[in-house]
Amino acid sequence: MKVSFPRMGYSYIALKWLVEHLGHDYIVPPEPSKKTLDLGVKHSPEFACIPFKILTGTYLEVAEEGVEVIVTSGGMGPCRAGYYWVMHQYLLDELNTGIKMVGLEPPRCDLIDFYKKLNWLRKTGGISLNAMLNVLKVTWEKLKVLDDIEMLSHQVRPYEKKRGETTRVLWKALEMIDEANTLQEIKDANNEGIKAINNIEKDTSRRPLKIGIIGEIYVVLEPAANHYIQIMLGEMGVETDRSIYLSGYTRNATIVNLEGDIYERAKPYMNEAPIGGHGVNSIAETVIYAENGYDGVIQLAPFACIPEIVAKGILPQVSKDKDIPVLTLFIDEQTGKTGVQTRLEAFVDLLEKRRETRNKIERLAI
Amino acid sequence: MAKIGIPRTLAYFNYYPFWKIFFDELGHEVVLSTPTTKGILDDGVKVAVNDACIPIKVYHGHVVELANKVDYLFCPRLVSLRKFGDFGTETFCPKFLGLPEMIRYGIENVPEIIDVRVNLGSAKKQIDKVCYEVGQILGNLPNQILQASKKASVIQKKYEELLHQEFLPEQALDKVFTNKKKAKKIDKKDKFEPELKIAVVGYPYAIYDNYINVGLLNILKNENVKILTQDMVNDSDMNKQIRTLPKSMFWYYSNRVIYGTLHFIHRGDIDGIIHVTAFACGPDSMVDRLLEIEARKRSSIPYMSVMIDEHSAEAGVRTRVEAFLDMIRYRRDKN
Repeated sequence: MKVSFPRMGYSYIALKWLVEHLGHDYIVPPEPSKKTLDLGVKHSPEFACIPFKILTGTYLEVAEEGVEVIVTSGGMGPCRAGYYWVMHQYLLDELNTGIKMVGLEPPRCDLIDFYKKLNWLRKTGGISLNAMLNVLKVTWEKLKVLDDIEMLSHQVRPYEKKRGETTRVLWKALEMIDEANTLQEIKDANNEGIKAINNIEKDTSRRPLKIGIIGEIYVVLEPAANHYIQIMLGEMGVETDRSIYLSGYTRNATIVNLEGDIYERAKPYMNEAPIGGHGVNSIAETVIYAENGYDGVIQLAPFACIPEIVAKGILPQVSKDKDIPVLTLFIDEQTGKTGVQTRLEAFVDLLEKRRETRNKIERLAI
Repeated sequence: MAKIGIPRTLAYFNYYPFWKIFFDELGHEVVLSTPTTKGILDDGVKVAVNDACIPIKVYHGHVVELANKVDYLFCPRLVSLRKFGDFGTETFCPKFLGLPEMIRYGIENVPEIIDVRVNLGSAKKQIDKVCYEVGQILGNLPNQILQASKKASVIQKKYEELLHQEFLPEQALDKVFTNKKKAKKIDKKDKFEPELKIAVVGYPYAIYDNYINVGLLNILKNENVKILTQDMVNDSDMNKQIRTLPKSMFWYYSNRVIYGTLHFIHRGDIDGIIHVTAFACGPDSMVDRLLEIEARKRSSIPYMSVMIDEHSAEAGVRTRVEAFLDMIRYRRDKN
């Protein structure tokens, strides 16, 4: 069977390995481009959010390559994303593509459904249960390592002497992870990648601003959807940390980790959780970034994303109380790279000015 | 004795009788905002977060109007209204979930907000718990509260029965809150032979609010059309449609719209379906396309969606509705 999946950041490296070792042919979805978006906008409902439109476009692109099954995530709401696969099935049927959507519902919501669908993938691929468990383990390790490497690159990029070098080294490291097949190989690739990134020539005299990136998962994770905002900021000399990583649910090393009491942190501002998507998370994360000495926060969200709109309505109060500037960017098919860049530059200027005035006041106080 | 403000929008159309009677019985005064006007909308647009949909902005506007007139603002956090064991994990749209906070941080000098959490799906008899919490905030005694909620439930049931008898909320409210003589008069006025039966589906706050829907219902009434909405379908008829879809949506009002419409599609006496939706409504981006596809798949009933925003004008809606009705008549005469 030819199987594909949605593309989100660098996760496709792990997912294609997963599909291949479940015994299927994989088709890697192309990086979202103008063509993807045009296709998606044409066939999606007008007010579907941008992730939906990009995915529609992506699915139609892989349909041309003869994909039979697309595996994606489900969800139990109240964010729209949980209904994506049903809606996509309707749209793909309308267009007679013959593609079957398999939406994996979160196991904690519907364990039986999750198991049934996974088992179906296993049986049609013709591998044993034990083999599948092993494959899942390796995939998970790959996802974690991919996130590790990417996280490091965002910390190093603002110090790089030669612009663009971090990104180049990052790609080399990603390739190494791509080629790894066992837990040991992944570990080695990871170590080597980390070494290579750390060896990049750095200018340690710089004092980069620190910005936290929060918001809706898809536009935060997929660089093509957010106009490579982290790379853009990195090259402006800003260190970024983003709140969401695919493997983030089990991490403690990250600044924002979901194991803790993320909803507790939002409670003074939002006495209800979850409200869908990452709405409440955005509020809590702003609080956390403020308390960790970050200079600013950027909220990324698709246009008309309901949970993020609720968050946006409350964030001004958080910003005031915690004294941290917040920039909200709503992204839709009309958003252009230059527009984003201009706004980012203005925001960074503002943060720099703010830091300067603060330092002056501190010096005077001394 | 306190003055309690209830905005005349969002869940008002479904649950006003309950809370009106409840507060009356406890000896408080209910202050209802006026029906939506341009001024209210403008006030709402000013204070609400600019990406919000028009119903949320209108709600902000109603709160602004009430702000200086009342001691408490009644803005419960509606989480789930399905009764225990009835149905999956259905909740309200995220904007409903975050509404009390949006109001609190968006509007200056709001009165104290009664933001009790209404989650009837979590266990049996949750409504009593909700009433108790509300009563406590207002300083009423437990057995007083219990009696008030019992009485309110009776009236609420009566109201819902009237809706199921295919009265519009406006008429049903009149009937519930006026004496019998007047109610009979309303009955008489209503007897007419409709030429067409049109299902007008959409969220209650979009279809019943005459300002938001830019007079849609009046246009249809003047064209001698019988209006049917999803609130006129009883729960068991709606639940029959659940199994015909691959997966239910997550939102209470959306599911009502979908299953109500599917019921109308199979009923056999409906001439057309009009779906009223608000600009940039998250759930509706899915609901609208789903209904369009299902209506086409299951029947040959014409389907039209009317989108409303801050700039909708009566003339535009009228033209579209008239064209829609002409098309239905033309089809009928041809067959």
